[in-house]
Amino acid sequence: MEKRMTVSSQNFKNEDIQKLEEISEVNVYSCYQCGNCSASCPAFEFMDMPPHQVIRAVQLGFIDEILEANTPWICAACISCTVKCPRGVDIAKLMEGVRQVILRKGIDHLNINEIDKKLREQLPQIALIANFRKTIL
Amino acid sequence: MEISYFPGCTLKTNGRNFEGTALPLLELFDIHAKELDDWYCCGVSFSQSADNLMQQIAPIRTLVKAKESGNTRLLTLCAMCYNTLQRAIFFIKSDEDKRDIIHDFMYREGTKFYGDEVEVVHLLTLLKEIGSEEIKKRVKKKVDEFKIAPYYGCMLLRPKEVAIDSSNAPEIMEEILEAAGCETTYFPFKTECCASYQIVNNSEIVKARTKKIVNSAVKNGADVIVLSCPLCFYNLDEIQIEIKKEDKNFKTIPVLYFTQILALLMGIKSEVNNFSLHYIDPTPVLKRKGLL
Repeated sequence: MEKRMTVSSQNFKNEDIQKLEEISEVNVYSCYQCGNCSASCPAFEFMDMPPHQVIRAVQLGFIDEILEANTPWICAACISCTVKCPRGVDIAKLMEGVRQVILRKGIDHLNINEIDKKLREQLPQIALIANFRKTIL
Repeated sequence: MEISYFPGCTLKTNGRNFEGTALPLLELFDIHAKELDDWYCCGVSFSQSADNLMQQIAPIRTLVKAKESGNTRLLTLCAMCYNTLQRAIFFIKSDEDKRDIIHDFMYREGTKFYGDEVEVVHLLTLLKEIGSEEIKKRVKKKVDEFKIAPYYGCMLLRPKEVAIDSSNAPEIMEEILEAAGCETTYFPFKTECCASYQIVNNSEIVKARTKKIVNSAVKNGADVIVLSCPLCFYNLDEIQIEIKKEDKNFKTIPVLYFTQILALLMGIKSEVNNFSLHYIDPTPVLKRKGLL
């Protein structure tokens, strides 16, 4: 069954929502939910909340749903969404904002020591360094 | 002519076949790429958080080095280095307040960077400037029925302000390869993401992406895929081995840097290709087409 969500003015005063806007400098209220971002997202099928729904959740202040979604950790910042958005919403930047809000709470999304040693030696450095955006470091 | 050159980390390891073919190629056009002294990692992924300026320091330090080199142009081969450095220039040009904070932080480093002093140039742009005629003159081998699928990925095309060509329908790689006498083939996945750094701990996504990209190139008759990003190279090349293990009907395709094809066509010794760095061996198809 779908989880019931209630819109409340309390949600908008949420500290994390404000922090998210501050970090990303993205005006989510420009979005009219056309869904181009989700349609162009190459990793859409791996996300439990498509990009346009993340924006909707930010608009309505549903912070818990956003922080629990795997979406920002699946996003590889390929910027397809941002390029396709007819309203100029920088969704890739918003995803980075969500990652930062979570990471700054001290919740890590990558344990470097768990990366297989053989893989670590084999991977190009740019893969490892870029992937560090999932960790507090 | 001399141009400053920023290799970045991967061109010295996994991407030796890229640097190894690109630099001798430029020498054919009398362009000497002079590596910056004591360069830093570019940071790889451009920081998108507005309130953390620390993450901008790495690319800016490299741009400072480039400014100090005295050359106004900085050449990059790696698509990720290109993207990060180019976006750092836009960042520093567009926000004076943040630029001042960065200058204050870097006060001991002497040189200040304002954004206009250095132009970051990707090798593809440089080759386009050199022009089809000059490229044609240097080609020594002729190939027939060798279909190349140019794959752009993300970092050369997005966001729009750093795109080396149209971000939806780029043609720059096709133009250069066709000038060298190659036949290119269009495939609809040429600007799609390969899932990038998800290879580290979410390789399933890379696998799914590679399957689509490779199948699309094969369906369009490609003999090889060429590209310009060392991360795309690893993802598209290595994971095909994994896909093949799971799906016997999957048709693999060799992946090469576009410079490798150009170097072979222009008669540069084949050792610089470092074919041992490839997972899907490109030598059989290259031999068949008379390039080896």
